[in-house]
Amino acid sequence: MVTQITSFGRSGLYDWMVQRVSAIVLSLYTVFILGYLVMNPELTYDQWSALFEATWMRIFTLMTLLSIGVHSWIGLWSISTDYLKATGVRFFFQSLCGLAMFVYITWGIQVLWGL
Amino acid sequence: MLVSIYRYNPEVDDAPYMQDVQVDLPEGKDLMVLDVLNLMKDKDPSVSYRRSCREGVCGSDGMNMNGKNGLACITPMSAVLKNDKLVLRPLPGLPVVRDLVVDMGQFYKQYEKIRPYLINDTPAPAIERLQSPEEREKLDGLYECILCACCSTACPSFWWNPDKFVGPSGLLQAYRFLIDSRDNATQERLSELDDPFSVFRCHGIMNCVNVCPKGLNPTKAIGSIRTMLLQRAT
Repeated sequence: MVTQITSFGRSGLYDWMVQRVSAIVLSLYTVFILGYLVMNPELTYDQWSALFEATWMRIFTLMTLLSIGVHSWIGLWSISTDYLKATGVRFFFQSLCGLAMFVYITWGIQVLWGL
Repeated sequence: MLVSIYRYNPEVDDAPYMQDVQVDLPEGKDLMVLDVLNLMKDKDPSVSYRRSCREGVCGSDGMNMNGKNGLACITPMSAVLKNDKLVLRPLPGLPVVRDLVVDMGQFYKQYEKIRPYLINDTPAPAIERLQSPEEREKLDGLYECILCACCSTACPSFWWNPDKFVGPSGLLQAYRFLIDSRDNATQERLSELDDPFSVFRCHGIMNCVNVCPKGLNPTKAIGSIRTMLLQRAT
């Protein structure tokens, strides 16, 4: 058993499962948005804003935002433990990734409720 | 024919280098790579490599031939030759002892970690622990591993974390004991594997399957371990 405290869920199985579930959410959202844009070639601001005012869309979008956060955290954490061998550099990189994800999620929520 | 071979003798050389050697091959024969190495060693006895059974059973002569890991004794020249040139290097990722001889310590350490023996705390029967033909069949494709290290040294996850990631060979063996009906330490074994490195550093790129000289499938075994972990935890 290898001990880890900086991985997302401390357990390999949990991280692996979250990675896959978040990937499904991300692909569903991508397909939905692309489909919506294709179905509405003459999209207006009112239409777009009405879409994001709907509660289900906000739930779906927030879920996607959180999925981006955890998915990239698990992925970048893996990359950092593969390639960054100096503990200080690795921890700095991981902290930077954590900060970026937190900023993106907070900013995303602001945008989502501001539209 | 031109053979380019990795040379390094730490007692003499400051750094490893590639040596080009012209080897005369007998006409009309498809030699194995090991035969070519033997021809080279006849000319220059300082060329070092491991070999023993010369028929793909002992797993001693695992090496990198024209970029692909394999056993030199069962790899015919016709299968590896590119532009009439053969490049021989030691298995990647492990420390080189001399020429094509690598230090397998890290590889064996991972093998030891998965406890490659039957654990059963129930009283032993008078003669032996029996298995049904169906139970025995589950070990096919797992027990044949000869620990040549071709798979683990072809795996980038093992290159970057050889101390934490068990590697394809060790995991194939781990599954061999997880699925054995005579072993009853399944839960303990699974608990030891449930961290972000031991099993889950495998990203399924299947380099191990591509190089295994025995035609085994460690990726499939790793998938089965994941399924066992998932079934236990959900």
